[in-house]
Amino acid sequence: MAVEDYIRERFLPHMWCGGCGHGTILNGMIRAIEKLGMSKNEIVMVSGIGCSSRITGYVDFHTFHTVHGRALAFATGVKLAKPELNVIVPMGDGDALSIGGNHFLHAARRNIDMTAIIMNNRIYGMTGGQHSALSGTGISATTAPYTNIDPDFDVVQLAIAAGATFVARSTTYHVKQMSNLIRKAIVHDGFSVVEIMTQCPTYFGRKNKIGGAPEMVKYFRDNTAQSGSKKLKENPGLTEIGLFVEEDRPEYCSEYDKIIERAQAG
Amino acid sequence: MKNKVKFVQGNEACVHGALYAGVDFYAGYPITPSTEVAELLAKYLPQRGGKFIQMEDEISSICAIIGASLTGRKVLTATSGPGFSLMQEALGYAIMAEIPCVIVNVQRGGPSTGNPTHVSQGDVNQARWGTHGDHAIVTLTASNNQDVFAMTVEAFNIAETYRTPVILLFDEVVGHLREKLVVPEEGELPLMNRLKTDVREGVDFHPYLPREDGRLPMSDFGGVHRYNVTGLHHDMWGFPTDKPENVHSLMRHLVDKIENHRHDLARYKTYRVEDMEYLLVSYGSSARSSFHAVDTLRNRGMQVGLLELQTLWPFPSHIIAKYSQGVKNIAVVEMNMGQILQMVKLSVKNPDGVFLINRIDGELITHTDIINALRLFQGQGV
Repeated sequence: MAVEDYIRERFLPHMWCGGCGHGTILNGMIRAIEKLGMSKNEIVMVSGIGCSSRITGYVDFHTFHTVHGRALAFATGVKLAKPELNVIVPMGDGDALSIGGNHFLHAARRNIDMTAIIMNNRIYGMTGGQHSALSGTGISATTAPYTNIDPDFDVVQLAIAAGATFVARSTTYHVKQMSNLIRKAIVHDGFSVVEIMTQCPTYFGRKNKIGGAPEMVKYFRDNTAQSGSKKLKENPGLTEIGLFVEEDRPEYCSEYDKIIERAQAG
Repeated sequence: MKNKVKFVQGNEACVHGALYAGVDFYAGYPITPSTEVAELLAKYLPQRGGKFIQMEDEISSICAIIGASLTGRKVLTATSGPGFSLMQEALGYAIMAEIPCVIVNVQRGGPSTGNPTHVSQGDVNQARWGTHGDHAIVTLTASNNQDVFAMTVEAFNIAETYRTPVILLFDEVVGHLREKLVVPEEGELPLMNRLKTDVREGVDFHPYLPREDGRLPMSDFGGVHRYNVTGLHHDMWGFPTDKPENVHSLMRHLVDKIENHRHDLARYKTYRVEDMEYLLVSYGSSARSSFHAVDTLRNRGMQVGLLELQTLWPFPSHIIAKYSQGVKNIAVVEMNMGQILQMVKLSVKNPDGVFLINRIDGELITHTDIINALRLFQGQGV
């Protein structure tokens, strides 16, 4: 199928700003799904609230645009109720890890078979540029006019500690890698987390004087290094990208099937 | 037949009612005094191939049942005061996105942590207006195990018929009181299943275009119709819109589909209402004491009757109006500061003749409390 077959053209144009990285992630996600040859009827995409969460409206799957921070909780209900469905949950940084942090931890702990995609632009875009739990210290935001003193989470470390069995990170500069990681995450049987560093030129770029979208994407190129690379070894201060964890552990819905067997055996 | 007669708590009667109605998904978080509902469903649901999950909090519990409902399951969660507060945002989501679900709130004393192991009826108005924004809601209650069972079945039927969340507002006494329950035979109580669309694959499906009767046929997630579900104001495809005409018609539809069926949704019972001079209006466990008070007072020659409300919302004003005709006084018996009292006053010609008999100390109001209060407003000493 062509990429446009996965898009609800009726609802375009989208509402993202020019230069926003979310469209690049949408592209990478659709290409991953297309490569897997999945039926559109077997995919449920669940999102919360924010710029990133509007992604569900534009794709031709079963789409579920829920409330702020709780996408993984709604998705848990969908998945456990109908495990044959493939559940993909794109979330923003504030959505997933500020208001939604608790649900993120517990979805990872259960190792329920879903794909969480953290579209991390380190800012609340929809409400106009406030700092999130992934902004980090020293950045400027409308609610950090004298710079931010709130440290950020390392999503990868957090996901691993909480029990996610597939954990990866990429950026909107590394489009092919990003799409490949999403594809692997969807195939993985368990809770998968893919953090994608993405640009918000409207708020993060402007507030932090990084420049427009091209400068922000170049920033991702220059400030990241592939896991296990020589570049990383020589520059340990760079942000590590790539695949961090891919392991086989009991998946929640399969384990529940065993509970049903046990209960029915009497 | 013999195993159909049970000696159980109200919370267990609720579980049996839910199973009778066909519940096959439960998500919840432990909280007194509702926890038995979760414990029993953790045991019974997998025996029937259903699913039970203990979530990380009450917020995620209601979110999970809403998600499960979209796959075609009949869903339930149960909680109490603080947990019910946490559920309010997603309750509004289920109203907006028109997703059938049943929420049990076994009331305890509030506000805040309050009086967890004691009775109260303080969440009546929270059930009505707890979630933000204009909306309609269905709330049912009951005073004994047989009615807890019946109202639980009704709650599922109404949720599936109207595509709406339904709140079962029980209280600690009803939830924990142990008494007889006769489980009806299969087919004895009618069961409603959700209306499924007959739109064929490949034909444009409008999940949010109501039929003339206000009902919306559904299509399950995983089926051949892929559509958008959102808490934003939306058009007939479920796609977000802020066009005033769309917003207006959606708001009207969401309220009208419940309020226009106020008469169909009214469940109530009457007791000794013939030749009444005094009418008691009550619900839940306080109706049990009112029932007792009516018998005692009738034996003493006082012409008093009881109207027991089982539908609290939409408020059955027409029933109040009907039974208030010709009575001298109405006493609303409830365990709060007068939440239903206000609604009764609005429903009658002479609101000054409506009084509150209440108790707010965590103890069940007794028939003696009611009789004493009646004597006081008759101008007699206790």
